Amino acid sequence: MMITVNEHDVYCYTNSREIDPAKPSIVFIHGSGMDHCVWTLASRHFARHGNNVISVDLPGHGRSGGAPLATIETMADWVITVLDTFNIEQAALVGHSLGSLIALESAAAHASRIRAIALVGTTSPMPVSDAILDAAKANDHSAFDMLTQWGFSKRHQFGGNRSSGIWMIGNTLRLYEQSGPDVLFHDMRACNDYQSGIEQASRVTCPTLLLLGAEDRLTPVRSTQGLQSALTSAKVEVLPGAGHTIMVEAPNAMLDALHQVL
Amino acid sequence: MAASDYPGLDTLALHAGAQPDPATGARATPIYQTASFCFPDSDHAASLFNIERAGHVYSRLSNPTNAVLEERIAALEGGVGAIATASGQAALHLAIITLMGAGSHIVASAALYGGSHNLFAYTLPRFGIETTFVDPRDPQAFASAIQDNTRLIFGETLGNPGLDVLNIPAIADVAHQAGLPLMVDSTFTTPYLIKPFELGADIIQHSATKFLSGHGIVIGGLLVDSGHFDWEASGKFPTLTEPYEGFHNLIFTEEFGPTAFIQRARKEGLRDFGACMAPTSAFHILQGIETLSVRMNRHVDNTREIVDFLMAQPQVDRVGYPELDGHPDQSLAATLLPKGCGAVFSFDLSGGRPAGIAFVDALNVFSHLANIGDAKSLVIHPASTTHHRMDAEALAAGGIGEGTIRLSIGLEDAKDLIADLKQGLRAAGKAAGGSRS
Repeated sequence: MMITVNEHDVYCYTNSREIDPAKPSIVFIHGSGMDHCVWTLASRHFARHGNNVISVDLPGHGRSGGAPLATIETMADWVITVLDTFNIEQAALVGHSLGSLIALESAAAHASRIRAIALVGTTSPMPVSDAILDAAKANDHSAFDMLTQWGFSKRHQFGGNRSSGIWMIGNTLRLYEQSGPDVLFHDMRACNDYQSGIEQASRVTCPTLLLLGAEDRLTPVRSTQGLQSALTSAKVEVLPGAGHTIMVEAPNAMLDALHQVL
Repeated sequence: MAASDYPGLDTLALHAGAQPDPATGARATPIYQTASFCFPDSDHAASLFNIERAGHVYSRLSNPTNAVLEERIAALEGGVGAIATASGQAALHLAIITLMGAGSHIVASAALYGGSHNLFAYTLPRFGIETTFVDPRDPQAFASAIQDNTRLIFGETLGNPGLDVLNIPAIADVAHQAGLPLMVDSTFTTPYLIKPFELGADIIQHSATKFLSGHGIVIGGLLVDSGHFDWEASGKFPTLTEPYEGFHNLIFTEEFGPTAFIQRARKEGLRDFGACMAPTSAFHILQGIETLSVRMNRHVDNTREIVDFLMAQPQVDRVGYPELDGHPDQSLAATLLPKGCGAVFSFDLSGGRPAGIAFVDALNVFSHLANIGDAKSLVIHPASTTHHRMDAEALAAGGIGEGTIRLSIGLEDAKDLIADLKQGLRAAGKAAGGSRS
């Protein structure tokens, strides 16, 4: 459904259901250059299990209007405004990559509004290479290519999708290609510039899940030690065979893992 | 990093979609010859039916062996997804019924495989879908034939029987300006010779029976989605953009984005019409695709030798191959099909029908049958077989003469094929002489 946030149209996938503030709510937040489609399976699952699901298109992404937001902090504030719009007092957040940083920041800065977070394909800090930033800034297709290739484990460069007939490399590339000019650059820069993740993680008190791909080449497991140390009570699941695009590479294992905190 | 860093065509032809079998470590893709799949528990079952988990329910809808083939062709074509069907005709039908219903209209090339022509001209009208056939060499003819209710533009990468080269970029422009997708049948060309999505096509259909398999032992089809077409911006495709009562009001573009078309085709068309591929057929087609490049290269090399040979024969009035001087699509073929124009072509024998019949009957290496794209060389005389009901005038209208011969060049030694053709020409010469006396 479309809602209005900060005077801009915002699209939220809700599994065609009205939002009932009395039900538990889960907000799904996509990664850089993506949109709500990456969460379709998970959204449908948790909707059937009695939750409000709100899979957002961040400003300037997918069907949402407005310009991409510049920082992780403003994105976290925006998520809280989405909750306000739906009259939701408290929600769980599930975020992938860029979305995971938004979830982390939201849980730290707006602790009373967040009941749990699941950080999928995450790390902090999340530095982005100059090659990707430069290509994204130039709206060069090579930025999509780099993220698509590095976004999957080596074995999944050849597919092997559990969802029949879908070539995951092609589908991911197409999603990037459908993003508007400069959108990916804004997202990548926001990830790169977010330097307070570890500090904010130490403030998180809600149940937390780190869901990591064992073969993630963009946010490698080894890079998450600082985050794991700061999130002292977090559950950590490392999914064998998965790269960074966990929703696609290990959709069923991800669902099972999310049930630990949702 | 650039597009060239993705795995190449040959690597994808061997590996795309496949992983060593998780249960056994088998390197080859196993044949999952099962109708259905066990559910670990009731919630898991519900989640599969409700598209929450990835997995298989029933082999009409999906099957692990078929899934490897589907991913492989999607990877080779540069698409987002594919569906394996019972035949090439089933793939064409699946696309049409996914996109439109009664009251709709198609603009199609007039130079089509006979089975496709039958579907468009005779069968679909019974279900309220009409087709206007146009000259495949005239993009403006496609534009002029578009009506308010048109929902698809269709053509073959290489037309039948004259090997008209479809100007995919120009016709895609026509289609897209009208908010319509362009679908092409790439059976003759395979992704080795042409990549229609890179040229602007939106949907690809294959008869996998032909060059993709190469062995001539299965019937199968493939439908491939580029993921490029913007169904919502078009506004002409409610099956994809409006709630579907048959699946709890699911809106395919909303939930699946770039894969909306192929998802709807599976969730509705494959489910309800049921023209699925047998897993064993998928396995056989996978074996063929593994050697696609090697075979297609040889097919084209042999074809060029045969074409050169036939061009030098006084009994041959015409050879129709787009690489030849005088073929109306020579320049376009050089641009769109630089690796070659496939291995199926026709030529005209002097001496008419008796010569054609005698020629075919005299061949030993070429097999006389109604198929193309086999590793073995094939021949047919259309006037006495596939088009035998037509008189000379009707044949001429279809670009077929009484002495027209269609060849599908295989992988044998070219010298043996030429030797076989020589004896066929001798027999044709005798028959032609007899017919004149």
